[in-house]
Amino acid sequence: MNTKRRDVLRTGSSITLMTLVAAAGWLRPGEALAADWNKAAFETNSMDATMKALGGSAPAQSKDITFFQTPDIAENGALVPVGVTSAIPKTESIAILVEKNPNMLAAVFDIPPGTDPSLSTRIKLGQSSNVFAVVKADGKYYVAGKEIKVTLGGCGG
Amino acid sequence: MADPMRIRAVLQGDSTEVRVLMSHEMETGQRKDAQGKVIPAWFIQNVTATWNGKTVLAAEWGPAVAKNPFVSFKFKGGAVGEKVTITWTDNRGDKRTDAATIALPA
Repeated sequence: MNTKRRDVLRTGSSITLMTLVAAAGWLRPGEALAADWNKAAFETNSMDATMKALGGSAPAQSKDITFFQTPDIAENGALVPVGVTSAIPKTESIAILVEKNPNMLAAVFDIPPGTDPSLSTRIKLGQSSNVFAVVKADGKYYVAGKEIKVTLGGCGG
Repeated sequence: MADPMRIRAVLQGDSTEVRVLMSHEMETGQRKDAQGKVIPAWFIQNVTATWNGKTVLAAEWGPAVAKNPFVSFKFKGGAVGEKVTITWTDNRGDKRTDAATIALPA
């Protein structure tokens, strides 16, 4: 009996299956290690470089971005509440940047249609710094900033 | 496996307000231990919230998000008894998914 023939058939069919699985998007390579994480954007330390890594241009100042539940003075830099609301129509994403942290970008939130362009989270501040909210709306970028003074640093010093 | 998230999903008019508290070290990779060795970064990178099979929030995080991260957001829709599911993935490939049932305000 020709066993090779069996092998070929088996290998052949498993390749086909893998191709199908991959094509259907069930198996995305590296998915376990955060496939959609923009490494470059989280390693920058200037507004320009961060915007570039996010695929955007220099943001325009906007009064339609407001902070809520965000202190002027934070006692503990390891736990600073930040809330951002965008009143700009078609807001697609909200990013939070800290000017004086080792890397500026803290978080990016994608806002799908139907979700309020308003959210709050908690971030770390290594020292007193300007905190920026960068909003992408209808393909354009907007920014608003706020200074937060920290009395105790957030990097465990 | 990390500890479960605490998720609260409350119906407010025609919207659902979601508040999530995750249990994670969120180590920055900037700190040193007593021997002066850098403690490696360990933090949540991706967060996804879904409701009825639809993504209602997606996030990418760096290590500057505070330890035991908190997020609150609101989306249009939702009914009592429906589920809101949150998944996070960290830079070590650890993953955790938890769900909460949408409830009326207390």
